[in-house]
Amino acid sequence: MQMRYLKNVTTLALDISKCTGCGMCAEVCPHAVFRIEGRKAVIEDRDACMECGACARNCAPGALSVRAGVGCAAAVIAGKLRGTENPACGCSGTGCCENG
Amino acid sequence: MNDSIGPASCRGLSDTVPFQPAWITGSIRTHAGRIPVISTRLTRRDRLGAIRVCLGIGRMRYAVLPGLYAAGRPGPSSPVLVTANYKLTFDRLRVRLDGIDAWILVLDTQGINVWCAAGKGTFGTEELVRKIQDVGLDRVVGHRILVLPQLGAPGVAAHDVRRETGFRVEYGPVDAKDIPRYLADGCRVRPGMRRVRFPLKDRLALIPLELIQAFKFVPIFLIWVIALRFIRDHRISGEIIKDFIPYLTAFLGGSVLFQILLPWLPFRSFLLNGWLLGMAVIPAVSLAAGVERSFLPSLLLMLPPVTAYIAFNFTGATTYTSLSGVRKELARGLPALILSVVAGMVLQIVMIR
Repeated sequence: MQMRYLKNVTTLALDISKCTGCGMCAEVCPHAVFRIEGRKAVIEDRDACMECGACARNCAPGALSVRAGVGCAAAVIAGKLRGTENPACGCSGTGCCENG
Repeated sequence: MNDSIGPASCRGLSDTVPFQPAWITGSIRTHAGRIPVISTRLTRRDRLGAIRVCLGIGRMRYAVLPGLYAAGRPGPSSPVLVTANYKLTFDRLRVRLDGIDAWILVLDTQGINVWCAAGKGTFGTEELVRKIQDVGLDRVVGHRILVLPQLGAPGVAAHDVRRETGFRVEYGPVDAKDIPRYLADGCRVRPGMRRVRFPLKDRLALIPLELIQAFKFVPIFLIWVIALRFIRDHRISGEIIKDFIPYLTAFLGGSVLFQILLPWLPFRSFLLNGWLLGMAVIPAVSLAAGVERSFLPSLLLMLPPVTAYIAFNFTGATTYTSLSGVRKELARGLPALILSVVAGMVLQIVMIR
């Protein structure tokens, strides 16, 4: 069963003019957000994006950008309390047991 | 000649560090020195360690020494698998390597799993480049290919690794269990191996940790319940057990039931789903336990927001929630929940007086 999070929130952006169609984004994305069509990347499933940042990090021509971070309430609340803009995952709780 | 065994990055140290874990079974000679060979079987100790960290005990100190290791009898043409030094991660990989000859390059992620470490950048380009150079990987293998777990991609820029070391990064499957098939297929990722899922089994494994993290509410609830009962009756009685049941339901709703029911809850928002779950189970359980009907309104103002808040914290363990989404929920939902809790508390106090 496919679980989905909030719609229309991702900061993912693709500058198609810089895209070389290498396909790296489609390869690294854990939620199949991208598809390669006619030697260009297409954002096919925008709302599946969890802003992990894998695509942007591995985009050699720099066509992709996203404000990457952890979608973790505890980290965001801790970040707000400490007044830092981009919260860091402080507990490493994410997937402790399931993601090897 | 130094014949003691330690990961290649720590040669020299191994003289002074006599500790050698039981999962190192021998060593193999390479052009970059002796490399420890690991067992692909888990012992009782490994299994107990896994249970222990899933209960949150010593979870931040469960690490293996970073460096290069060997599985089977690898040679210069054997694949190089890169992983994190969280022992649970390392164990998940090595059990899949039975009968496979491969090198395992363990990065120093400070004992944190691949995905989290990639997010922090410790499983990252810089550390990978450093480890390749430290262990002298170019002298161990003849090829120039590294297999990384796909979930390491948020931290590693494949093109930068290639530019700096000459090694080409191939992102392998998400799940270590697919490694044997991936290698047998000549490093081809089959459809489905790239997708992250969040099945019931994984959600169940996270429940102990959720319970521990939300447990802080229990003493607060107890103090509140005992105080209310004391104000009401001027003594403490067995009634507090019954009084406590709605609170216990709110706590378990957010840290057990929510995790199990996650795919079937109607909304996308964790706060809304958690709140709804609380609204459904708290009155049902309370009435069954004999809580007075007149107390339901105040309990329903106070407790479903707590269930929602505990459930909201599960975003940190899920595999699909985004930072922007969590921020939006927090900004919109949290003030309403706090208001509701305060209103419920005031109403409770008013009712018993």
